[in-house]
Amino acid sequence: MNIDLSRRGFLKLAGAGVAATSLGAMGFGEAEAAETAHVRAFKLTTTTETRNTCPYCSVACGIIMYSKGDVKVGEDADLIHIEGDVDHPTNRGTLCPKGAALKDFVKAPTRLTKPRYRAAGSNELVEISWDEALDKIARAVKDDRDANLVQFNEEGTPVNRWTTTGFLAASATTNETAWLTYKTVRSMGIVGFDNQARV
Amino acid sequence: MSDTAPQPKTAVSNPPVQPLEVGFDARDVVRISATSDVPQPERQLDKLAKLIDISKCIGCKACQSACIEWNDTHPDIETNIGSYQNPHDLNPQMFTLMRFSEWVNPETDNLEWLIRKDGCMHCEDPGCLKACPAPGAIVQYSNGIVDFIHENCIGCGYCVTGCPFDIPRISQVDHKSYKCTLCSDRVAVGQGPACAKACPTQAIVFGTKADMIAHADERIADLKSRGYDNAGLYDPQGVGGTHVMYVLQHADKPSIYSDLPDNPRISPIVEGWKGVTKTAGLAVMGIAAVGAALHGLFSRGNRVTEEDTEEAEALVESDLHDRRGDV
Amino acid sequence: MTNSWTDIKNTDLVIVMGGNAAEAHPCGFKWVTEAKAHRGARLIVVDPRYNRTAAVSDYYAPIRPGSDIVFLMGLIRWLIENDKVNREYVTNYTNATFLVKDEFGWSDGLFTGYDEEKRDFDRSSWDYKIGEDGFAQVDMTLSDPRCVWNLLKSHVDVYTPEFVEDICGTPKDKFLHICEMIGECSAPDKVMTSMYALGWTQHSKGAQNIRGMAMVQLILGNMGMPGGGMNALRGHSNIQGLTDIGLMSNLIPGYLNIPTEKEPDYATYMSTRNFKPLRPNQTSYWQNYPKFMVSFMKAMWGDAATAENDWAYHYLPKLDVPTYDAMRMFELMKQGHVNIYFFQGFNALLSFPNRAKMTEAFSKLKLMVVMDPLATETSHFWENHGIYNEVDPASIQTEVLELPTTCFAEDEGALVNSGRWLQWHWAGATPPGEAKYDTWIMAQIFLRVRKLYEEEGGVFPDPILNLTWDYANPDDPTPAELAREMNGRALQPVYDTTDPTKVLVEAGKQVLNFSQLRDDGSTMCACWIYSGSWNEDGNNMARRDNSDPSGIGIYANWTFAWPLNRRILYNRASADMQGRPWDPARALMTWNGERWESPDVPDISPTAKPGDVMPFIMNAEGTSRLFARGMMRDGPFPTHMEPFESPVANIFNPKMRGNPASRVFVDDAEQFATSEEFPLVATSYRLTEHFHYWTKHNPVNSTLQPQFFVEISEELAAEKGIANGSRVRVWSKRGEVWAKAVVTKRIRPLTVRGKTVHVVGIPLHWGFMGAARKGFGPNSLTPVVGDANVETPEFKAFLVNVEPAEEEPVA
Repeated sequence: MNIDLSRRGFLKLAGAGVAATSLGAMGFGEAEAAETAHVRAFKLTTTTETRNTCPYCSVACGIIMYSKGDVKVGEDADLIHIEGDVDHPTNRGTLCPKGAALKDFVKAPTRLTKPRYRAAGSNELVEISWDEALDKIARAVKDDRDANLVQFNEEGTPVNRWTTTGFLAASATTNETAWLTYKTVRSMGIVGFDNQARV
Repeated sequence: MSDTAPQPKTAVSNPPVQPLEVGFDARDVVRISATSDVPQPERQLDKLAKLIDISKCIGCKACQSACIEWNDTHPDIETNIGSYQNPHDLNPQMFTLMRFSEWVNPETDNLEWLIRKDGCMHCEDPGCLKACPAPGAIVQYSNGIVDFIHENCIGCGYCVTGCPFDIPRISQVDHKSYKCTLCSDRVAVGQGPACAKACPTQAIVFGTKADMIAHADERIADLKSRGYDNAGLYDPQGVGGTHVMYVLQHADKPSIYSDLPDNPRISPIVEGWKGVTKTAGLAVMGIAAVGAALHGLFSRGNRVTEEDTEEAEALVESDLHDRRGDV
Repeated sequence: MTNSWTDIKNTDLVIVMGGNAAEAHPCGFKWVTEAKAHRGARLIVVDPRYNRTAAVSDYYAPIRPGSDIVFLMGLIRWLIENDKVNREYVTNYTNATFLVKDEFGWSDGLFTGYDEEKRDFDRSSWDYKIGEDGFAQVDMTLSDPRCVWNLLKSHVDVYTPEFVEDICGTPKDKFLHICEMIGECSAPDKVMTSMYALGWTQHSKGAQNIRGMAMVQLILGNMGMPGGGMNALRGHSNIQGLTDIGLMSNLIPGYLNIPTEKEPDYATYMSTRNFKPLRPNQTSYWQNYPKFMVSFMKAMWGDAATAENDWAYHYLPKLDVPTYDAMRMFELMKQGHVNIYFFQGFNALLSFPNRAKMTEAFSKLKLMVVMDPLATETSHFWENHGIYNEVDPASIQTEVLELPTTCFAEDEGALVNSGRWLQWHWAGATPPGEAKYDTWIMAQIFLRVRKLYEEEGGVFPDPILNLTWDYANPDDPTPAELAREMNGRALQPVYDTTDPTKVLVEAGKQVLNFSQLRDDGSTMCACWIYSGSWNEDGNNMARRDNSDPSGIGIYANWTFAWPLNRRILYNRASADMQGRPWDPARALMTWNGERWESPDVPDISPTAKPGDVMPFIMNAEGTSRLFARGMMRDGPFPTHMEPFESPVANIFNPKMRGNPASRVFVDDAEQFATSEEFPLVATSYRLTEHFHYWTKHNPVNSTLQPQFFVEISEELAAEKGIANGSRVRVWSKRGEVWAKAVVTKRIRPLTVRGKTVHVVGIPLHWGFMGAARKGFGPNSLTPVVGDANVETPEFKAFLVNVEPAEEEPVA
């Protein structure tokens, strides 16, 4: 960054060599002095606040997300800051080094933005549409289930057990996602079903 | 603009999002670098302080994280050098740093992991401000905050030398000096610093200096009940007291906390500077630094006029001459 | 957690063992510092490393990884020997008085009934003597030699302080000092809390570690107390919720069970679930199982689940093994028996043991589907990253779909914290690019599969075609709709059981809570323990009243806690047999002569007379269990078992390796090492600067802890010639990693059975994707074996070796 060093600026840098006394004596007007010593503008002014909880550990600290724009009224919202929520009984506004940097997790350079597909033996992921991706999944799931569902065991007991497709659920999705996932997985007879409780 | 922001009493509050008239500004400046006869403000703000209780600190670096986020800095991703300390040192993008030291208490033979949040102490008598040759580059407000005004900074590095705590760092990118602002922008709207708000165990607290000293007294009593007979407050009088203070388990030995100065003082040379003698004094402090700093300034692409350059060089030359004469 | 984060402020003594609360849960740990500052509470840390929690502790003692049961049984022995026991509590609120069958016993490190072939116990002798009245026999004087208390006394007799020092490496004086500190909490007005996490669970006997401390808490009378309890810190923001909702092989939401194939019909399934009380007057709340089960089946299949078809019981899968957990599935995958795998926000490549096995297994899939906000190692497992992921993409035939999901900031819904609080959150940012809600993705997968079955027919489509899906927009069910299903509603009018003319809930209305659920098909409820979270009062999970009139940290109107908004489980046990609080200064439950008064929701019928109905209402005994009967596969008491990879043989039985009841796959067993080959004990852990494998994607956290390292003692460093900050190679029988060495005083060599044992600390958090420097996870090194009860892998104690390595060439 280049600095446009005005004569006055230069005189300031020269400092002690000149008869510097006060800012006024340097030729600063009152307003200019105020401008010079002014603290940084408060960056959260006129942002939208949203209450959320930290997605990392199970302390589940209350957070406030500050964004430009409001999703609640249908606007695009760009997150500019996250801070602990003082109203929250557990964390009382505090956050750990992970929670304090949540904004940069949301905006991580490695966030995924498009569905991608890697073909067998390929060395890359290529973009694919949601429709293509979902149809591919549905086809594969239907075919594998039809081929491998164990409908009855050797004794002829109905067991409706499907072991050739499995599902690992997450650790940070909502209860509501969890329930919809449960319904989907169980209705198909998947038994290789697990979550991240142990690791 | 509507209401005026309150003066902050604690860091435990949620930031406002409505526009506020700031609670302090240039009218509250009490000292300005390279400037004497600063008109004193009509009002005296409450003296503020941040208190860091090392006995409650878990070294989690939430303060560093919150500092980066609030100040929108981007420190480099470095390496591990055999320590939890990262970045390796304070830098122009990292205004505060947890310093870790493993200390075996010779009296008990127990290991103590002493973790100190390093950063600007906001001295009542700030060595950086006294050393700074650039008018208006460093100011002190009546609440005790010592703030760098970057557009006035010349990147000479005298503040670094003038600081008894080795805090300011000069950017190799914009050649300005950086350090903790005590989140002056937050304080101005009634908020505490980002680090104190975040601190999970509230090892960092913020409020009026009087409240912080009272809080420290409670903490010291608790520590004494746990066998820390030398627990105490670090508010060094050699720099007139500080607006960032520590509670130390071993207040008799500040230096075990990653070289916290036992008795910090501004260099007597800086202390003696007055008006035009300042440059000479600076030169005594750092013979090479003066020339290098000004040389660096002129060679790094700042646009200055021919006339300015000549004038400055003349000044420097004469100062250096004076200095040679002194030594 | 039995209690809550905010409740920790009520404690007098915190023991952090099997966890590192300050490091992994800093803002929860705040309540420890509060208790210290305002109650004068003391903090004890027992850990192989002097960690960040230890840095602010009052007392620290080292322990060898994998020897915790010895420490805990030694502690129980000391408490009994020194009469640091809450007698009234133990006699009345635990099964100490219950008589155990004469056949039950223990020798050579094994309980009765062991079958080496099956690696399993016949547990029939691990049970009570049942009297002619059908109830368990008890001896209230505790004098019968077959009562649990006397069996416990003899069981722990071997665990002397000298024995503890010998096996754990914990100096005897430090162990005894901790016993004394803990012993003070047997007084009715002194309370200890236990905070633990994966430091206890990730062992082949993890569940027994936790039982050990739970027994200590019962003996001290600290369960149910404000400031007491067993507090699992829980590692992920909604792992409590995903487990509550039963996203595991063998679970139905609310801790009901998926049937096995030995339960071919509903009647057989229910025959072992009648939960008849084992003592007179006891609640045995699981007697309500059929109400929860039928309501679940109605939530799944609606009108297709009828009394006539046993509520569509035949739709449910039936297990032929105890569980198709992830480690079993990866074994099957490695053997080529798995074709498709879904990873929903789960970076499995770095999370399960023996990464080489994981890569091999993934390479045998036909299709991998990854839903994640981030580009993870799992979705890139086929990509070559030099030493960090040495694979040949061309030889890997797995197709991969990487689907971008939203994250917390962009979606809405509830997460359940460690204290069982269901907290609603709101969206405040626009999803990036084409990222979608997980709910939308799951709906799309389901609807497209259903459509194929509708169009083409196929194998047993009924459970798919009849799955309830009555959402306003079937393509995109809303969090509110799904949350209301979990609360449950009346499908037909629900009548008062005491007055059948009185309608409690009109058809179509949300039930108030699970007390209104029925087993006749008139109610539906997806997850009975969540019932009450969204009733006709609205979304109780979104409540934000943070007042706490009692001052003891209950916060009854802040969001919703399961069950029934109860904040402290077993809270009835915080009062004595007369219903008086053990500690009047921390009153949680008080009997006023007619009913219980509490700032919390009583964990007992509000009019249940003290002395009649015992506090542990979920148990058929009415009491807690010092003796677990046959409910745990590896023993009714915790007994010392070495890790599968240990520097020493099991002192009780040198032939016994690890947990004798743990499942071990053949190929994995061949990769267990001996201490001759690999003399160093390694343990894995988190660092506070990072969350799992997520925050290495965040430049800020990557700045704070940029590079993979291992921690070793100064003594080991000197022995191996390793300089602080230099590069080392660490290897096990399963793999190798390169790391920076952090040489520290915080790890010290231990002396175990006369041997010097060195500990190598291996943090997780690094991989080959994201912003931080490339590195490795501990799972490149760890063995594939899990806890005998719940299959949690043994990440916390295994064997490695370490040597200096060349510095990495500068790129």
